[in-house]
Amino acid sequence: MSILIQNGRVLDPSQGLDETGHLLIENDKISGFFPKKKTPPKASTVIDAKGLIVSPGFVDMHVHFREPGHEYKETIESGSRAALSGGVTSVACMANTLPANDNASVTRAILREAKRLSLIRVYPVAAATKGLEGKELSEMMDLKRSGAVAISDDGHVIQNAAVARKVMEYAATFSLPVISHAIDRDLEGDGVMNEGWVATELGLPGISTVAEDIMVERDIALARLTGVHLHIAHIASKRAVEAVRRAKKQGLRVTCEATPHHFTLTDEAVRGYETNAKMSPPLRSTEDLEEIWKGLADGTIDAIATDHAPHASHEKESTFCAAPCGIIGLETLLPLSLSLVRKKTMTMSTLIERLSLSPARILGIPAGTLAVGAAADIVMFDPEAIVTVNADFIRSKSKNTPFWGSVLTGKVCMTVVGGVVKYKV
Amino acid sequence: MTTLLGKDLLAMKDLKKETILHILDTAESFREVSKRDIKKVPSLRGKTVLNFFFESSTRTRTSFELAGKRLSADVINLSASGSSVSKGESLIDTAKSLEAMHPDIVIIRHGDSGAPALFAKHTEAHVVNAGDGCHEHPTQALLDLYTIRKHIKSFRGLQVAIVGDIAHSRVARSNIYGLKTLGAEVTVVGPKSLLPSEVLRFGVSVAHDLREGVRGKDIIMMLRIQKERLRLSPFPSLREYAMVYGLTREVLSDVGSKALILHPGPINRGIEIAADVADSVHSLITEQVESGVAVRMAVLYLLSMKGS
Repeated sequence: MSILIQNGRVLDPSQGLDETGHLLIENDKISGFFPKKKTPPKASTVIDAKGLIVSPGFVDMHVHFREPGHEYKETIESGSRAALSGGVTSVACMANTLPANDNASVTRAILREAKRLSLIRVYPVAAATKGLEGKELSEMMDLKRSGAVAISDDGHVIQNAAVARKVMEYAATFSLPVISHAIDRDLEGDGVMNEGWVATELGLPGISTVAEDIMVERDIALARLTGVHLHIAHIASKRAVEAVRRAKKQGLRVTCEATPHHFTLTDEAVRGYETNAKMSPPLRSTEDLEEIWKGLADGTIDAIATDHAPHASHEKESTFCAAPCGIIGLETLLPLSLSLVRKKTMTMSTLIERLSLSPARILGIPAGTLAVGAAADIVMFDPEAIVTVNADFIRSKSKNTPFWGSVLTGKVCMTVVGGVVKYKV
Repeated sequence: MTTLLGKDLLAMKDLKKETILHILDTAESFREVSKRDIKKVPSLRGKTVLNFFFESSTRTRTSFELAGKRLSADVINLSASGSSVSKGESLIDTAKSLEAMHPDIVIIRHGDSGAPALFAKHTEAHVVNAGDGCHEHPTQALLDLYTIRKHIKSFRGLQVAIVGDIAHSRVARSNIYGLKTLGAEVTVVGPKSLLPSEVLRFGVSVAHDLREGVRGKDIIMMLRIQKERLRLSPFPSLREYAMVYGLTREVLSDVGSKALILHPGPINRGIEIAADVADSVHSLITEQVESGVAVRMAVLYLLSMKGS
C-alpha cells in the first residue's frame, strides 16, 4: 500500500526541507522525498498536491475534549474530527474532564476510545493534583505508565506555591513536563476580562496582567529550583513573554505556547459583551499582542496551541459575567496562524515548526517530521484558499468561536494519519 | 413626531444632546401630573410594563412603577433570585417566555453588566436599563441632569465633582457621559483603589483630595459606598472613608463652597455625607427623588411612541 503525494511544496522544518517535490508513503510510514525534477517511484495511489503545501500534520498540544463527563460540549470523536478538518494529527488533551483525569483508569479510557476511533493520535495530559484541587499530588508515575505525556491542572490553578513546588519535584522525577495555567487566583478575583479601558467602559471587573506575570515568575523560580521542564500554557501578557525569554537565556528548561486568539485579537473584541471573546487568560492589549508576535518570531514562544475549549450555545448565550471561559479553535488554527506569515512575522517554515515539530518535542512524542521512517502524519493545505467559518466548516459539537461568519484565508485540503487519508475536502 | 430614542434606553453613552434635552423637556410636562389630585394621564393606557428587578431596590422600582401607573399602563413587578451562575442562563429563557405575554416595555435591573442589552436582543419590547452591574443607570443620570437643570443657567462649563466609588458606580459612568455630552466639566474624586482603570479616558479630571476635588465646583455629586458590590475592601474602614471623603459642613466651608449637593440614594448618613449637609438648603436630594417619577414617565412615554 503506497501513496505518492506529488508536486506539492514540501515543508519539513525537522530536515530544513522546503522544496517542491513528491512525498512517498509506504504503509503507515514516510519512505522518501523526491525533488520535482526527479522521476518519482510508482505508487498504488497518487495524490496531486500542486499549489498546496505538504507538511507534517499539526500537533495541538492544548485541547479540551470534554470526555468523560461533558460529552454535550464535545466528545473525543467530534473533537478528533474537528482536529482532522483543521489539519491536526496529534493532540494533547487536558485533564479537566469529569471525572478529572487524575487516575490511570481515566487515562486508559481516553486512550481506548481514541484507539477505537482510529482518527487522530490522542495524548492525555493528566492532572497534577487529585481532583484538580491543587492540594494533593496525583499518581504521576501510574499516569505516565498508562500513557499520560505531561501533567497539568489546566482549567484550575495550583495557587499554593508549596504544592506547586512538590508537583514540580515529583514530576521531574519521572521526566514529566508540567504545563502551567499561570494565573494568580487572588489577583484574578472576580475579573472576567483584561483590566483596562474596555473593561472600565463596559463596567466589567478586570484581570490585570500582573495576575499572570506574578504566577509565571513564580513558576519559573520553582522550575529553576526543581529542574522540571516547565511549559507555560496560553501565554498572553507582555511581561510574561519577557520572563520566559529571560529564563531561556539563563538556560532553564522553560517553554511556552500561544493561542491563535491571543495573537489575533485584543480586549476590543469583548465590546458588545461578546461572550465568545471570554477566555482565560483574557484577550489583552495591543502591547501584549505585539510582544506575542515578537515571541513567536524569536522562538521565545515555542509552540502554537489552540486551547480548544468547546461550550454549548446555551452556556455561551448568557451575560458576560455568567458565561464560561473558552472558545473552540481546531478548525481556525491554520488560517489564523497563516496571518503570521502574511504579516511577515515569520516564514512559512518557522510557522510549520511552531505548529508541529516544536510541540512534538515539548511533549516528547514522535510527530512533527516527514523524515524517512517517520509516521505518515501529513497535512496538505492551500494557503491562499478562502474559507467561511460557518456550520459546514465547524466540525466541533460546539460553535463557540468569535470568528463565526468570518471569511479567512488558508484551507486544509487533506489530512493523513498513519498513511491513511482521514480527512479530505 | 418621531422619537429620538430608538427601541431601547440602555445607556447614556449613546444619547445625543438633542435626545437628552428632549427627554428633560418631556419630563417637565409630566412633572405636574404628580401634583394633581388624580395623578393619571392616559398616555400608556392598555400597555403592559414589566418591572424586572434582579437586584433589590425600593426607590428605583417604586419610581418606575409609579411612572408606569401614572401613565395608565398595566405594571407588573417581577423579581428574580438565584446564584450568579444561573442568572445568565435564566435571563434568555425568561425573555423568551415573557415574549409570549407581549409586554410593551420591560424595565430591567441586573447585577451583570450587559444584561439589559442581552435581554433586548431577545424581545420585541422596549427595554429600559434600570441599572446593570457597574455599567450604566441612564434614568438616574437623566433625573440628576433634570434636577440640576432647574438650578443652573447652562451646562456648558458647569463644574461638577463626583465623589466616591467611581470604579463600581454605574451612576457615575452614566452621569459622566450625560454631563459631558451637555458640555459640563467633570472631576472624579476618590482614593486610587476606587477609581477604575484608565479613568482619564472618560475625559475627566482626577483628584484624590476631597477639598481639592470640590473646590470651585458648582455641583457635588456624592456616591454611596456600595458595601454589597465589594468583595475585597479597597479601603480600611467606613470610619476612615468618612474621615477622608465624607462631605461635611467643615469641608464645604473650608473651600468656601456654595455648590449644590446631589446623591443618588440611599444615603449612608455620616459616611459619605453628613446628615446636616444632606438636609441643607444646598441639597437637592429630595428633589432628585421627585424628579425620578417625571423623568421615568418621560422615558416610558417617548419609548412607546410610534415612529422613527
